[in-house]
Amino acid sequence: MPPLIRRVTRRLTAHVDGLLLGAVLLLMAAGVIVLYSASNASLPRVSSQLVNMLVALGVMWVFANIPPHYLMRLSLPVYVLGLLLLIGVALFGEVVNGARRWLNIGVTRIQPAELMKIAVPLMLAWYFNRYEATLKLRNHIIAAALLVLPVGLIARQPDLGTAVLIFAGGCYVLFLAGLSWRIIAGVTVAGLASLPLLWPVMHDYQRQRILTLLDPAQDPLGAGYHTIQSTIAVGSGGLLGKGWMNGTQTHLDFIPERTTDFIFAVYSEEFGLLGTVVLLFLFLLVIARGIVITANAPTLFTRLLAGAIALTFFTYAFVNMGMVSGILPVVGVPLPLISYGGTSLVTICLGFGILMSIQTHKKLVQT
Amino acid sequence: MSELTINPGVELRNSQLEIHHFRLRLAIVAGFVLTMFSLLFVRFFYLQVIQYEHYHTLAEANRISIVPIVPNRGIISDRNGVILAHNYSAYTLEITPAKVDDLEALINELAEIVDIAPKDRRRFKKLLEESKRFDSLPIRTRLSEEEIARFAANRYRFPGVEVKARLFRQYPQAELFSHVVGHIGRINQRDLDQLEADELLANYRGTDYIGKTGLEQSYERHLHGTTGVEEVEVDSGGRAVRTLLRTPPVSGSNLVLKLDARLQEVIYRAFGDRRGAVVAIEPGTGGVLAFVSKPGFDPNLFVDGIDPQNWNELNNSPDRPMVNRALAGTYPPGSTFKPYMALAALTYGKRTPQQTISDPGYFMFGGHMFRDSRVGGNGVVDMYKSIVVSSDTYYYMLANDLGIDAISRFMAQLGFGSRTGIDLASESAGILPSQEWKMKRFKQKWYAGETISIGIGQGYNAYTPLQLATAIATIANDGVMFRPHLVDFVEDIRTRERTFIEPKPLRTLAVKPEHLAVVKQALVGVNKEGTGRRAFAGAEYVSAGKTGTAQVIALKQGEKYVESRVQERHRDHALFIAYAPADKPKIALAVIVENSGFGARAAAPIARQVLDYYLLGKVPASAVKDDDATPD
Repeated sequence: MPPLIRRVTRRLTAHVDGLLLGAVLLLMAAGVIVLYSASNASLPRVSSQLVNMLVALGVMWVFANIPPHYLMRLSLPVYVLGLLLLIGVALFGEVVNGARRWLNIGVTRIQPAELMKIAVPLMLAWYFNRYEATLKLRNHIIAAALLVLPVGLIARQPDLGTAVLIFAGGCYVLFLAGLSWRIIAGVTVAGLASLPLLWPVMHDYQRQRILTLLDPAQDPLGAGYHTIQSTIAVGSGGLLGKGWMNGTQTHLDFIPERTTDFIFAVYSEEFGLLGTVVLLFLFLLVIARGIVITANAPTLFTRLLAGAIALTFFTYAFVNMGMVSGILPVVGVPLPLISYGGTSLVTICLGFGILMSIQTHKKLVQT
Repeated sequence: MSELTINPGVELRNSQLEIHHFRLRLAIVAGFVLTMFSLLFVRFFYLQVIQYEHYHTLAEANRISIVPIVPNRGIISDRNGVILAHNYSAYTLEITPAKVDDLEALINELAEIVDIAPKDRRRFKKLLEESKRFDSLPIRTRLSEEEIARFAANRYRFPGVEVKARLFRQYPQAELFSHVVGHIGRINQRDLDQLEADELLANYRGTDYIGKTGLEQSYERHLHGTTGVEEVEVDSGGRAVRTLLRTPPVSGSNLVLKLDARLQEVIYRAFGDRRGAVVAIEPGTGGVLAFVSKPGFDPNLFVDGIDPQNWNELNNSPDRPMVNRALAGTYPPGSTFKPYMALAALTYGKRTPQQTISDPGYFMFGGHMFRDSRVGGNGVVDMYKSIVVSSDTYYYMLANDLGIDAISRFMAQLGFGSRTGIDLASESAGILPSQEWKMKRFKQKWYAGETISIGIGQGYNAYTPLQLATAIATIANDGVMFRPHLVDFVEDIRTRERTFIEPKPLRTLAVKPEHLAVVKQALVGVNKEGTGRRAFAGAEYVSAGKTGTAQVIALKQGEKYVESRVQERHRDHALFIAYAPADKPKIALAVIVENSGFGARAAAPIARQVLDYYLLGKVPASAVKDDDATPD
């Protein structure tokens, strides 16, 4: 190989984590295959998703090349900006489908909640890192406030799916930052005890979803319909599945949102338990790689950030599959890297870019 | 690593311990991740392996819709192929009430587009009350092409309303066969219960109609056919994607009757406006050649559900057109009972043909005077004369000599007082009086005086025209009685295989042929020189007959019946029984004309027209005019 090309290649791949990229690409490939079936062989839909993937991979590469300390400097401003935008949404946001999620910033409409998926872990990691030497309970309380503020705003929009994901990400950071077991136990007990108090402040549709989870059959054509039909799809897939493009629940339009939030039902119907196990394994591979990167990260900031990213990814996958298979309430969480849609794909790959950056910049420092 | 340079001391001091703590917590989280994924795996294993069958079934049930294909109902025709009931295809406008909030408003809106008469609304309302299923119900039937086009253009405005092509039952002969063929109607809850009890419900999936009366009812199983099924793959919106499997329906079998539609028409015309019934039977087979009950009704009114106005009219009419007189109307046989009484006398040895009585015009029994219809009597009367001139006195005496037990025992053989078993439902058994019957019915013992009027076919005697026809057909057939039946054969529409309703001899009368011959000879005498001679004057064949008059109201002791003094509805019924040709009978019949006085005057001429048409093909010009005959 000529030295120039070798140098360019090395420059391009220096900050890419091969294992993580490999697992991500396999998941994306699975996503394209199942999307082709879920969209009834719609080439525009598939090619649009391929473009989304290329953009996401590009973003991933860019962030893999940004050293973690640059990100650290951005943490506070990005968080503050995100918070201001969320407040802006609450005040001036546009209502689409009954939820106030979008903010018109003149040029285009944005969903600030998406930004917070990265901004919150960044902020918390930065905060704990800053007070690393003198970490006290007080810092945990402040961190919890930093978390609850945006989560509360997002949940009010309402966008329960995003709120759950961000809240889970923040909790991982708090836990990894060393929150004492006594507090964890106390908060858990208090949280469970306050569940009944939560009930009255929930939106009707949120209550409905929880009731539906407990007994989907009570309203088989209404709120329970999604869960019932996706569960039938999964169950009727059996051990080996009905075969690609052969899912009856899928192709006869029984699965709602089958290219987006419920795409896993399509996958599971057509590829069966065997395919599902392969998918679970790929997800685990990504998460495991993320945990290894977390374990080896050099600073508290990078450790907490990497942990939050890896575990948020896990939460994504778990909540989505749990919801499709009927063990979790229906919240709007896509299946990461598989579901159709550019926004979450870019956010997730951006996170993976950060993971790669944490992994590779450490190596560079060490060598 | 600029951070390291900011505060190197702290970092170095805590790093080892902190990393240890951190990794411990990370391991806990990793364990959590594994646990959660295991949970998912367990869930998938449960759904996809353990519960696979269950979900597979549910998915198939989602995907496959089983659509019943209703078979065509069999066609009913007379012996010459004249259609009595068939199907035609028409478009109906149907509403599924379950899909509509405000039916009234919807119908009003629809009325702007298609013609909806008040009659249609009433009928729809009635159907709505009756239907328990989430069916679509017709608001209009027989839409015109133009109406279909207009509705199609406005379809979007009417969710829950659709145009459907349906097969409709039609009875081209209308009133003529209303009591024979009967009619179909929409399946109601009672029909459903019956179908369920008979385990036929599955075969009626998708069927809206069922035979309600007449042959439509009694041959329902043959006429309906076997419902086919189509397994259709449907999407979540219920739209058919493709057909997976199709089992075609098997059309119902056709019925070909023994009846002669033209004969039926001749009888109908002969009746004019009068009420009554005629049953004509082929003596050698029991095949029913004509079966008339007048007035009838238009069975077509019932097909899509009769509207309340027509229903009330039919039900409240004093003429009672809904009553099948031939099958369920019971009448005293009057003097048509006498030939059987004579036969009983011969059989039980109570009279010889030559034995005579003196008829003074009355018979005294226990201080009561039983009047003869002929004032002054018929003089010296033997058995032949007793039938030919219809002597009452002869039979008053004979009844007294035979006694009620012997009379009812003998008459039971002829089918009086029991159902003939004709292939129609709701047949009446009539009343054959006997000591037991009276005890059961009135908890009273029989008085000997009551036997006297039994002898001339009055008293408690009450029989259906069908029974009267069957009895005379049995005499005509030399004592061999066949079960009367309307259907000649049932024809399988695919194989063209014909299943004949075999002539079924019920019994042979325990009478001697020479005794039968005496009675038959007398019956011929009636039409030659007796009460039937005017009606049969100039006939080109030899016929046998007997006139009769049935009292509608009992007369007081000694009171004389004066027609002009009696209300029309209380006037006597005219009866006539006959068969011909006398030596080889091809047809036997019973005629009853309600409230028309003497049988010889009103009923015999109708019998003459029937025989003229059936034996000679003569089509009479007009309705029978009352003959100015003597009382029988």
